[in-house]
Amino acid sequence: MDKTAIHGLRLKDVTITLDGRELVSVDHTILPGEILTVMGPSGSGKSTLLAFIGGFLDPAFHAAGEVYCGDINITSIKPQDRRAGLLFQDPLLFPHMSVGSNLMFALPNWVQPKAKRRQSAEEALADVGLDGFFDRDPDTLSGGQKARVALARVLISEPAFLLLDEPFSKLDAGRRNQMRQLVFGNAKSRSLPVLLVTHDQADADATGGMIIEVGAPLQNQ
Amino acid sequence: MSLKSIIVALATGVASIIATQSAIAEPDVKDWPAVLKEADGQTIYWNAWGGSAQINAYIEWVGDTLAEAHNIDLVHVKLDDTANAVATVVAEKAAGKDQGGAIDLIWINGENFASMKRQQLLFGPDWATQLPNWQYVDVENKPTIVTDFTIPTDGMESPWGMAKMVFFHDSARSDVKSMPDSADDLLKWAEQNPGRFSYPQPPDFIGSSFLKQVLIEKVADRSVLLEPVDDATFKQVTAPLFDYLDQLHPNLWRQAKAFPKDYPSMSQLLADGEVDITFAFNPADASRGIANQELPDTVRSFTFSGGTLGNTHFVAIPYNASAKAAALVVADFLISPEAQARKQDPNIWGDPTVLAIDKLDADNAAMFAKLDLGIATLKPEELGPSLDEPHPTWMSKIEQEWASRYGIAN
Amino acid sequence: MLRFFPAFALFILVVPVLCGLAGTMLPAFGYLPALGGDEINLSAYKALFSQPGIGHSTRQAFIIGLASTAISVCLVAGFVAAWYGTRSFRATQHLVSPLLAVPHAAAAFGFAFMIAPSGYLARLLSPWLTGWDRPPDLLIVNDPVGLALIAGLVVKEVPFLLLVTLAALPQVPAVKAIHLTQSLGYGRMAGFIFAVWPSIYKQIRYPIFAVIAYSSANVDMSIILGPSTPHTLPVRLVGWMNDSELSMRFMACAGASLQIAVTVGGLVAWLLIERLMASCLRMFTTAGYRLKRDGWLRIMASISMTASALIVFGGLVVLAIWSIAGLWQFPNALPNSLSLRSWNTTLPALTRPFWTTVVLGIAAVIISVFITIACLAREQQTGRSGGNRALLFLYVPLLVPQIGFLFGLQLLLLNFNASASWPALIFVHVVFVLPYVFLSLSAPWRAFDTRYEAIAAALGTSPWRIFLRVRFPMLLRAILAAAAVGFAVSVGQYLPTLLIGSGRFSTITTEAVALGSGGNRRIIGIYAFVQMMLPFIGFLLASLLPALFFRNRRAIKGL
Repeated sequence: MDKTAIHGLRLKDVTITLDGRELVSVDHTILPGEILTVMGPSGSGKSTLLAFIGGFLDPAFHAAGEVYCGDINITSIKPQDRRAGLLFQDPLLFPHMSVGSNLMFALPNWVQPKAKRRQSAEEALADVGLDGFFDRDPDTLSGGQKARVALARVLISEPAFLLLDEPFSKLDAGRRNQMRQLVFGNAKSRSLPVLLVTHDQADADATGGMIIEVGAPLQNQ
Repeated sequence: MSLKSIIVALATGVASIIATQSAIAEPDVKDWPAVLKEADGQTIYWNAWGGSAQINAYIEWVGDTLAEAHNIDLVHVKLDDTANAVATVVAEKAAGKDQGGAIDLIWINGENFASMKRQQLLFGPDWATQLPNWQYVDVENKPTIVTDFTIPTDGMESPWGMAKMVFFHDSARSDVKSMPDSADDLLKWAEQNPGRFSYPQPPDFIGSSFLKQVLIEKVADRSVLLEPVDDATFKQVTAPLFDYLDQLHPNLWRQAKAFPKDYPSMSQLLADGEVDITFAFNPADASRGIANQELPDTVRSFTFSGGTLGNTHFVAIPYNASAKAAALVVADFLISPEAQARKQDPNIWGDPTVLAIDKLDADNAAMFAKLDLGIATLKPEELGPSLDEPHPTWMSKIEQEWASRYGIAN
Repeated sequence: MLRFFPAFALFILVVPVLCGLAGTMLPAFGYLPALGGDEINLSAYKALFSQPGIGHSTRQAFIIGLASTAISVCLVAGFVAAWYGTRSFRATQHLVSPLLAVPHAAAAFGFAFMIAPSGYLARLLSPWLTGWDRPPDLLIVNDPVGLALIAGLVVKEVPFLLLVTLAALPQVPAVKAIHLTQSLGYGRMAGFIFAVWPSIYKQIRYPIFAVIAYSSANVDMSIILGPSTPHTLPVRLVGWMNDSELSMRFMACAGASLQIAVTVGGLVAWLLIERLMASCLRMFTTAGYRLKRDGWLRIMASISMTASALIVFGGLVVLAIWSIAGLWQFPNALPNSLSLRSWNTTLPALTRPFWTTVVLGIAAVIISVFITIACLAREQQTGRSGGNRALLFLYVPLLVPQIGFLFGLQLLLLNFNASASWPALIFVHVVFVLPYVFLSLSAPWRAFDTRYEAIAAALGTSPWRIFLRVRFPMLLRAILAAAAVGFAVSVGQYLPTLLIGSGRFSTITTEAVALGSGGNRRIIGIYAFVQMMLPFIGFLLASLLPALFFRNRRAIKGL
């Protein structure tokens, strides 16, 4: 944790190609609390960068370069050991678990015993303004509430960095801004490096960080 | 649909049995040309055990020949147990289906014949001895042709082939001199060669026959077996048999926890080298197996000098058969010299004939004379004495007893 | 006109089952006037429970049904959890899927030919590794515990469960969920089981129930692989039903009701297991254990999946070799000589059952496809799919043990003089073919983009013409695929053909089982080969015909 706080998430000469065609090329260190935005139209391959860092890159793609989390090279370790926090455009709450179970599922297992686990989950829900939602069925929540549960779930897992894949695109305009502030605020206060993939300029503008554009030859190269 | 209305509908359906149908004249065997005329164009369903490819192929040949000669369409309904065919006729009789039955001809003998005869499920009276080819049948020297498991056939079934229990072994693996010569010998042999002998699981016909062979050898007084079984003395009479099996089973293949299903399975075990001794009711079967490349050519036959079971197998016609005329024509063809000679050819089937060669004309007799019975077949004089089959009631009782002793896991 | 079809389909699926059940239950309680049973009594049950080893046979049917289902479900869940979304998953899936089309009997023979002490595996390893120059005296096939039967059932049920699981997976964002659980630190399998499997399981419950019903009441595989001292309950029931002693039929019917109880018991036990597993899973889910070290388990899952498929395919190849083998002694890995003799002697006898199988299959498939399309068209008109309840009805013939209602149906048809007739036989095949055709065709039908039809309608085309010129050709691939599935189901039917056909209609399958219980491997090889080729040809035609019709239309030709 401390080392990450010092060094952030470093993408060293990362290049992803498909059949020899370059999709993304990045060389950048995302400092703790900083947000790097990768922008591009759908199908441009911007999500492959995210998949590469998370450890899920489809074998059809070829990736070069290295990823450091703090001073640990995570390029070739298992996804389970990378401590990446993932947020997708769908909240992906597990429908067979209660809201609280969704959080307890994400909570590291060294938090024991059971009562303490429950307490941690309830606190995390309160942090995103959802006190008392522990026993609710995720399916009964509104879109905005689901998104906040998803955020609480990723934060409670104590990730080393966040990977956001268009997390706001399915929210209505009013909620979107609110959610952005909640996500970015939490990332800053916890000093998490954040990689955001989006096609929405407003998302990028809200980050206040660096923007890399991919797959848009007219504007870029 | 309520449950009640279903039950009502069902009950009416069950109760409404089509009973009255105008009687159709039965074919008259004595007027053979009329029988042939009536048979022309008939379809005949012949229910016969279908577990042997060679026999199936032979029946197919019978069908082809009769289709050409008499325009009869023969369908072989392949049974895994002849009792199923009996069951069908029984059910039809119960349902009042006294005509247009599903079965026209059954390959039969022993308890199934006894059961059908007793329940009056057979076409009769005496038609078999009226068949044109009956003149060649060896009634004089083959008593089992007219007495099937102690039951008089009364011409209600027509003979098809002869059976005599013989044993087979592979001379490449075991010396013929070391082979057992009696049931007791076999027990000793099994002790010395554990796991190398088995018999098909009763009520398989061959398996049950093995039990009968042992019973006849071990029983105190053989004459009681010719009478119907008596429940009061059954236990005492069969005690030697079950004592014998109790001793034999631990030394059987798979310690008697499983049995071959029938003769072909057992024969495959011999070919694979899993068992060393098998037995069959067809003395030529080893030669047939060699000719068909199912058995190594080192397999040889032997028999017990004290005698082994012998019997005859037949065809019979159910009382409600749909195509009786065609059934008669088939039965007659089956005892023709041509069909019998083909059947005795070990390359085809190898089943011994029911005909008396000296009753045949020179050409037909020559057909039999030139048959090579095969390298593994014993000569008729080597087959040893023939033991009479017990009364059929013994068999079902023994099979039941066997099932409750060995047929269930303990 | 169209609106009568859903009711008609319901009639076909449910009425034979209900009538058959009634026809079984009445004789079980002594009522069957045709056989002299005029009063209700319990003598059939008394006779049944006095049968030697009846408790053992019953227990075995129950245990074998549950055990084979549980193992199959675990294997499928484990394999999907371990490999879903990977290349090796797709490869294995393509290896396993064709097994679905292999009839149960053929698969059982192939399996037995591999694992028996004189089987191919032992031959491959002998004598150089095992030192065996004769097969060892080991009880592998037909073992009293039923392990061989359980294994055989598992091998055959796994492809079916895998297929329904694959159909359920797209309803769930599985791949993203896998990524999510992995980044939360969960092992691949644990993450899948905790997060994805419960949603999948909900969708494949009915198929699982059908597997329990099938495997607890199965006859043909049990004859080939199952214990014989005593046989399992269903095998004994068929024996009693065909016994020449009439009184045995009452007992057989009583036994059939016992079989229903066994199957219901199996289902109830499964529901209990479900509950238990669900609460275990809930407890583990929130406890936070990551179970990261699943590498060995993933490899085990992959190996057992591949091995189960390979052993059956290997067995089928061995069957084919046996059909042309001359003498082939242990431990030779190949026959001493080859010969077409068995084919020559068997082919003439094969012709009639072959055509019976084909005609029966095609007739049942045409009727089933027709009814299915009519029902789906009606559903489209009304916009109501009938939901889960309609789905349950589809599964009725698959959930009630065949023996339970076929006995009654046979007795009924016999009394109406209708057994052993083509219409009766086709009808009973439709009962079993229709559910599969409906299940296969409904998904692509409902997924059809109705805007094509809207365009056609706007051009003034009549509804009938729209169906004929737009929907039917565009769905031809799916329709033919459903027909091929139905044909494979029809080819594989053993008990319905045997009982309703009263032995007068023999198909390749009834012949294969009748002959195959005998030990002539060459003949078994021939029948199993033909039995296997028929559905294969069906699937081949289903994939080739659209390619032929639409050879100039790349978007729908499919090859």
